[in-house]
Amino acid sequence: MSIAPPLGLLAELTHRCPLACPYCSNPLDLERRSGELDTATWIRVFEEAAALGVLQLHLSGGEPAARADLVELTRGAARAGLYTNLITSGIGLDGARLEALAGAGLDHVQLSVQHVRAEEADLIAGFAGAHARKRGVARELVELGLPLTINAVIHRANIAAVDELVREAVDLGARRIEVAHSQYYGWALKNRAALLPSAAQVAETRATVERLSAELLGAIVIDYVAPDYFARFPKPCMNGWGRRSMNVTPSGRVLPCHAAETIPGLTFWSVRERPLAAIWRESPAFNAFRGSEWMREPCRSCPRKEIDFGGCRCQAFAITGDPRNADPACAYAPAHGSMDAAVAAAQASAGAFAYRRYTRSGERVPAAAAES
Amino acid sequence: MIGLAPDAKPRLARGVRLHEDKARGGHVLLGPERVLQANGTAVEVLKLCDGERSFDMIVDELANRFATERARIASDAEAMLRDLAAKRIVEL
Ligand code: SF4
Ligand code: SF4
Repeated sequence: MSIAPPLGLLAELTHRCPLACPYCSNPLDLERRSGELDTATWIRVFEEAAALGVLQLHLSGGEPAARADLVELTRGAARAGLYTNLITSGIGLDGARLEALAGAGLDHVQLSVQHVRAEEADLIAGFAGAHARKRGVARELVELGLPLTINAVIHRANIAAVDELVREAVDLGARRIEVAHSQYYGWALKNRAALLPSAAQVAETRATVERLSAELLGAIVIDYVAPDYFARFPKPCMNGWGRRSMNVTPSGRVLPCHAAETIPGLTFWSVRERPLAAIWRESPAFNAFRGSEWMREPCRSCPRKEIDFGGCRCQAFAITGDPRNADPACAYAPAHGSMDAAVAAAQASAGAFAYRRYTRSGERVPAAAAES
Repeated sequence: MIGLAPDAKPRLARGVRLHEDKARGGHVLLGPERVLQANGTAVEVLKLCDGERSFDMIVDELANRFATERARIASDAEAMLRDLAAKRIVEL
């Protein structure tokens, strides 16, 4: 089988993050600083990625600004010829650092916002003062001329503010906003009952986005990410497993998607041991769900299998216990009913957040810190 | 449709890059969350869209280089630039 080269690479530079968003899609078992790749290794990975055919690099995390070498990494990526996008909460980026990033060749910034009102935003982020600092970062970015996308992850605690979030993004000078319903992986899955909106709220949001897209045409581009739990057909997750992109964890393991480690039995290779090109073509984890041979019914004989690739393997595993099943977001999936059940159960729940913090299972965390 | 002003100075929007795709051949336009294939003609036009040259100068240069009728080049280039401007890839 000839394997086309990947277009995108998401580099999780670190899992450290000052925020504690309950919708975070990072794994529950966060990686430690002691295991992170060093500067030279990351830059080698960027160069190998460019040679392999990757066009776009997303510097992500955790909070990528928690890496002291972020400017150096950005310069390395730009030198390798990659289109470099920084995915950040904004915390840890002051004016001088932003200017250095722009000078290093950063192409684009995607800044997360939680809400339009500081009190509610900081409650979601689990960090006092986050909202005010994000607004400051947005203004500095626009002043520097760096193109800005606002990323708003939508859930029950902010779904009523979608209209205001979009207008605020225009005010801040963003050219694009992602109104993205939360996806339920990692911490978000743990917080699902507190985050899932109702069907009525989702319908209203869709109408709001449609109205605003027309009203604000030319002022801002709105990209809407539909929620899996209210879908008829699943999203074409990752545009197909091992078809378009790869994800490198802080310690260098290469995954077909950021949640892939939740699927038991997959073998991931590391950039510490092998070249990226060999990992892309030969690693068992990438080949596990390439093509459609692995599929079961109803996907196997479904005409949509080349359109959505059977949806998300991680979600299929999380909900049905087998990653080869159809994503339960699909109306043809036998497990589809469990999505509706989760929505109904969530509406009856009080909605307390389990904040994303380091758990006790990791090494090197003193008990006192783990408990705080 | 109103014609593109002859003195408009088109350029790629900040955050958009014209990139030679060595792995697959050809050129692509890279922007936030998107990759657009650029065909041969588009690449020739976009390489001249540096924010310094006017639309008139761009058309002159292409008409010279390819010995093609000026009016045809002007209308093709205008249609393409308008389309890319609507996608916020080019600024006019
Ligand atoms: S979602 Fe929130 S907690 Fe998770 S990495 Fe992003 S900013 Fe940090
Ligand atoms: S049955 Fe499988 S391939 Fe068909 S629409 Fe559902 S998830 Fe997609």
